[in-house]
Amino acid sequence: MDLTLSPQEESFREELRAWLAINHPGKEPEGDEASFEFRRDWQRRLAADRWAGLSWPEQYGGRGATLVEQAIFNEELAAARAPSMANVLGLLMGGPVVIAHGTEEQKERYLGPILNADEIWCQGFSEPESGSDLASLKTRAVRSDGGWVVTGQKVWTTLAERAKWCMLVARTDPDAPKHQGITYFVMDMDQEAVQVRPLVQITGEPEFNELFLEEAFVPDENVVGGTGNGWGVAITTLMHERSGIAFALQVQLKVALGELIDLIREQGLEGDPIVRQRLGQLYIEAETLRLNAWRGLTQIMKTGMPGPEGSLPKWQWSDINQALTELSMDVRGLEAPRADSDWTYRFLRARANSIEGGTTEILKNIIAERVLGLPRMR
Amino acid sequence: MNFDFTDDQQAIKRTARDFLADRLKPERRRELAEGGEYDQGLWREMAGLGWTGIHLSEDHGGLGLGAVELAILTEELGYALVPSPFLASVAASLVVAHAGSGEQRSRWLSRLASGEAIGTVGLVTDGAAPLVPDADRADVIVLLDGLSGMVVEAGAAEIEPQPTIDSTRRFARVRAAEGEPLAGDPLPALDRIEVALAAELVGIAQRAMEMAVAYAKEREQFGRPIGAYQAVSHRCAQMLLETESARSATLYAAWTADHEPESLSLAASMAKAYAADAGWRVTSSSLQVHGGIGFTWEHDLHFFLKRARTDGHLFGSPRSHRERVAELAGLGPLGLAAS
Repeated sequence: MDLTLSPQEESFREELRAWLAINHPGKEPEGDEASFEFRRDWQRRLAADRWAGLSWPEQYGGRGATLVEQAIFNEELAAARAPSMANVLGLLMGGPVVIAHGTEEQKERYLGPILNADEIWCQGFSEPESGSDLASLKTRAVRSDGGWVVTGQKVWTTLAERAKWCMLVARTDPDAPKHQGITYFVMDMDQEAVQVRPLVQITGEPEFNELFLEEAFVPDENVVGGTGNGWGVAITTLMHERSGIAFALQVQLKVALGELIDLIREQGLEGDPIVRQRLGQLYIEAETLRLNAWRGLTQIMKTGMPGPEGSLPKWQWSDINQALTELSMDVRGLEAPRADSDWTYRFLRARANSIEGGTTEILKNIIAERVLGLPRMR
Repeated sequence: MNFDFTDDQQAIKRTARDFLADRLKPERRRELAEGGEYDQGLWREMAGLGWTGIHLSEDHGGLGLGAVELAILTEELGYALVPSPFLASVAASLVVAHAGSGEQRSRWLSRLASGEAIGTVGLVTDGAAPLVPDADRADVIVLLDGLSGMVVEAGAAEIEPQPTIDSTRRFARVRAAEGEPLAGDPLPALDRIEVALAAELVGIAQRAMEMAVAYAKEREQFGRPIGAYQAVSHRCAQMLLETESARSATLYAAWTADHEPESLSLAASMAKAYAADAGWRVTSSSLQVHGGIGFTWEHDLHFFLKRARTDGHLFGSPRSHRERVAELAGLGPLGLAAS
């Protein structure tokens, strides 16, 4: 057991910190359009110095970074309160899928514009009737001249209104068993047959969208990983997404805890024993999340693949973030329900944490069945 | 950055697991627990393996290993739920090693390392230490009162056995008018004791979880194993989350003791608070999974549950450790009312 960084890792961290000290863009502006452009510029600055696609091979503009370096990167950016990058889904999921499963032509075509945020990506996985049971999806792709014609509906599509490309899973063989008849497409969003409708959430903001596909066309060269292999392609992406994101999430929690401590002091409640107990507990849980994420990384480095234990951090994070935002409400008295407060927004937004990217119930199923070996419910 | 055990650390874990599975069968543990006794032969064998001095320097006949190795071993002793004065004796030698005078160290450490002497540590409140593990058989008792402490020979202390729910470990109330004062600050040793106790709790939680999972696979109701029902399987997943998180916190705290002592106080309180809660929640949740059979005396689970509950109260309650975390995390001291 050695919980220190190697000299190479230490110098990676130093290089990144020095770079951030010069290049940090400051605070994100208000307003959707302005903040998106701000985050696009930020991503371009990162990409220019090969930080944006850190884990990508050097030939595609990345650094071929190790898992530990990626973890350090996520920790440092969150600690510096750097804004997120504009093309987050392209960077975390689209690019890695194309790198792992795409053809040379696809890599040539897609990777550069993902990195520079010239082409934004969105993800068309969930459907109104296929949430946790994703493999039951009904969106159909039917063979046509030189490609596929897609009809169906997708939901929770972040960034759809800005996206050029959609990572789309659709059923290409209705007769195959449900996990086998699915194909992974990269669909051009820029066509009449694709309609995007904003979906307003309980926060009052339309962060997500609905996607209506009425005979949208996808050419053959936009199939990734081969016809009928879409389930496997989609799942590997999800697992990588979960393991990488844990590091950013745990540092975001630490930053939020720091803000919560300031808030508790502002409210004059730093001497309240119950508040102190709850804050202490949150701090402990955030630390166990950090340590679990690092232990998980050790495991991935040994086995080469994120295992089912990778489901733990996301579950744990959503529990902690919900409890943290609940405490922030409890200490604010009659200020708490005000609609114009960032704390209140975060409190409401946190309700989605245990649903998005895999519900807590599904994550518990994965742990029960695949880590503990309990019998399947179905 | 690597959480993996070294080959030597893995060997410690494997040896302990195999040795204890072989030497302490459940029937024997039950017999000892019901009689409130320890197995002298087992104690000598454990001492012979060097366990009682695993954390002590070779000058004193120890193995010269660190808090991580001690945690690995203690987790296994919790997993096997060994009735023995191991934890108490290790606690005493930790305090003497870190805060004892030269004379106290040379007088006690080799004897504690060899298992020839048994020690213990008590925390004094209002003039007496109300619940001290293994004080009735100890040769040396360290009494800590706030930041000061003293070493008391067994004959010089007033020892009154106390019944607790944990029949796998004996307890007594200890009062002593005087003893030899410690030379240094006992806090670093106290933090290391908390980490060892957290490790024992991790082992107990691991075992209680394994019992629940095994039972959920085998017990059938309504025509299928109860582990197929999410009300049961999600309970088991929760046990895994809490057991693994307690293990992460404990290993980290042990690592800071060896390599980053400035972080030890915070890390030890995090480990103890979390492991105490997890120890209780996992054992009690395991009882629920077992249903009626888990509530019977003839099932072994209650020994684990009672040890976990009792451990949670020793060397600082989860509440007092959370309070210290809140203080160190940035809320500052609560003031004189804090405890």
